[in-house]
Amino acid sequence: MFFLPILIPLISIVLLIAFRSRLKFQQGLSILSVFIQLFAAVSILLKLSENGHLVAQSGGWPAPFGITFVADYTSAILLLAVSLVAIGSIIYSIGFVDFDRQKNGLFLLYQGLLAGVNGALLTGDIFNLYVWFEVMVISSFVLITLGSEKTQLRASVKYLVMNLVGSMLFVAAIGLLYSQLGTLNMADIAYKLRLQPVPPLVNSAIMLFFVAFGIKAAVFPFFFWLPASYPTPPIAITAFFGATLTKVGVYVMLRFYSLFAQLDVTFWQPVIFTVAALTMIFGVLMAASSYDIRKILSFHIVSQIGYILMGIGLFSVAGLAGAILFIVHNMFSKTATFMAGGLIYLYKGSYDLKKLGWIYKTKPLLAFLFLIPALSLAGIPPTPGFFGKFLLLYAGFDGAHYTITIVALGVSILTLFSMVKIWNEAMWKPEENSVDLVVKKIQPAAWTGTIIVVALTLLLGLTIGYTYDYLADAARQLLDPSLYIKAVLPEQP
Amino acid sequence: MKTEILKIAAAHLKPFLLILSLVVLYRGHNEPGGGFIAGLLAGMAYVIYAGAFGVSKAKQLRLAKPMFFMGFGIGIALFSGMIGLMNGADSIFTGVWTTLTFGDFSLKLGTPLLFDLGVYLTVAGMLVKVIFTVMEEDV
Repeated sequence: MFFLPILIPLISIVLLIAFRSRLKFQQGLSILSVFIQLFAAVSILLKLSENGHLVAQSGGWPAPFGITFVADYTSAILLLAVSLVAIGSIIYSIGFVDFDRQKNGLFLLYQGLLAGVNGALLTGDIFNLYVWFEVMVISSFVLITLGSEKTQLRASVKYLVMNLVGSMLFVAAIGLLYSQLGTLNMADIAYKLRLQPVPPLVNSAIMLFFVAFGIKAAVFPFFFWLPASYPTPPIAITAFFGATLTKVGVYVMLRFYSLFAQLDVTFWQPVIFTVAALTMIFGVLMAASSYDIRKILSFHIVSQIGYILMGIGLFSVAGLAGAILFIVHNMFSKTATFMAGGLIYLYKGSYDLKKLGWIYKTKPLLAFLFLIPALSLAGIPPTPGFFGKFLLLYAGFDGAHYTITIVALGVSILTLFSMVKIWNEAMWKPEENSVDLVVKKIQPAAWTGTIIVVALTLLLGLTIGYTYDYLADAARQLLDPSLYIKAVLPEQP
Repeated sequence: MKTEILKIAAAHLKPFLLILSLVVLYRGHNEPGGGFIAGLLAGMAYVIYAGAFGVSKAKQLRLAKPMFFMGFGIGIALFSGMIGLMNGADSIFTGVWTTLTFGDFSLKLGTPLLFDLGVYLTVAGMLVKVIFTVMEEDV
């Protein structure tokens, strides 16, 4: 049961290869597969309430020697969110992406991406984490190039080079860490670091990890690959990327900060805050100055990562709960805005705000579907974005970190501005020069996918009283890494 | 490159490389070798053949179905991980071993070898697929 989130995508890949000529079968199997993943994620989450951590040793080898898989509340919540978003994304892709791409392995690559994401969320071994990251990078690289349009290929080079540099630093850090401590099991490392003064080279390794995950998560100053590559593939694929790739990068930062970096808070907290503030500011400024819906939303991904980093740096119950809520809320809201943007494209034939207009008058449902996640990104109640920001700001003032909190407040005004810009230009502005429309019919599947994810966004905001308990539990587990260590290494004192 | 020497060599190398790859696959558990290297060797048999006779000829060979082997290989590797679960172990990829004996000769088999076989097929399929695609583009 515990391994289902990893096994199901892999089994699906085998079946998808076997039946690669039957499109209907592929679509059905992909949807079935993500529903089983959803079921597995829910069952993991429910089992956690009994014993806090779920641990499995693959191959039956005990902890520091075999590859450990661990689930705690943080990873279970994210597993659940990923599988929910995947349901929406796959249904949306069936309606949005052209048949050529669908036949050439779109669904297979989605499952590959999901295998990587689920594996990275569950693993308790750093080298295994690297392997899952590579699975993600390769799947996403092929997804970016799928269809081989010129812009896609150009973007994919930037994407691949940047991610390879990240992976290289990742491996270098792994080697350094192993040479110093002789183990790559995360719990074992955390345990050994707490026994002795931290060797200097371990600090270098953690810094290398920070840069590597910074590249994957697109934080300042390593974010430029993201807006260069995300807008090029069909927006259904971008929507799925926005929900998975960067979020896993930032999840790993969360995990590493809790286990390793917080031992040296005096050094790491200012670093994280500075990077967080700059990421927020640069992301939102670039977003405010763009006029292409896909560009604006891509820069927003960067800006929102800054908030999550801020929550990591705060490292209190409210701050970490806010960070996790922010990851989940971003998965939902960001994906939903991308999907709504895609529907606008199908309807109007353009992503350029200058050419769009009057959608609110002619297609009110579409305007509404865009409005809800956009308000959530800007942080208006009762959307989850509001609660996430509230928790972060509360934690910021509570911990007397005024500078970063005020930056976060200012950035959220600019976020609101850029969302309002899309709204004004695309929805309210009277259409002056009606372009010769290349109107395609919007497939029902595309509507369904968008509605699912928008509904998830709303639901997350409305049920926050209930979900906050889980978030707070997750935050408490991260605050006390000894629980994690004890769960994986029960024999250590 | 259409030279007679290469053609003759390729035709003779193919069975030799395939058998060698199986040997390397089997000895991989305790000695240098294993699924990945063996897969490369097996793939090379077809790549050399394609180099000598052209891709279109190589594609007509009986075993030249790379996509099938890739899918089948991943399937076998996954299956080897789940045999332990069926035998009542707590976790995936738990090793299960048996020994086959034919008179004096005994063969030690286990899930790691099955996993290696999966890697072997996947790598061989992957190599053939990639190289064939690239060689076709050039012509």
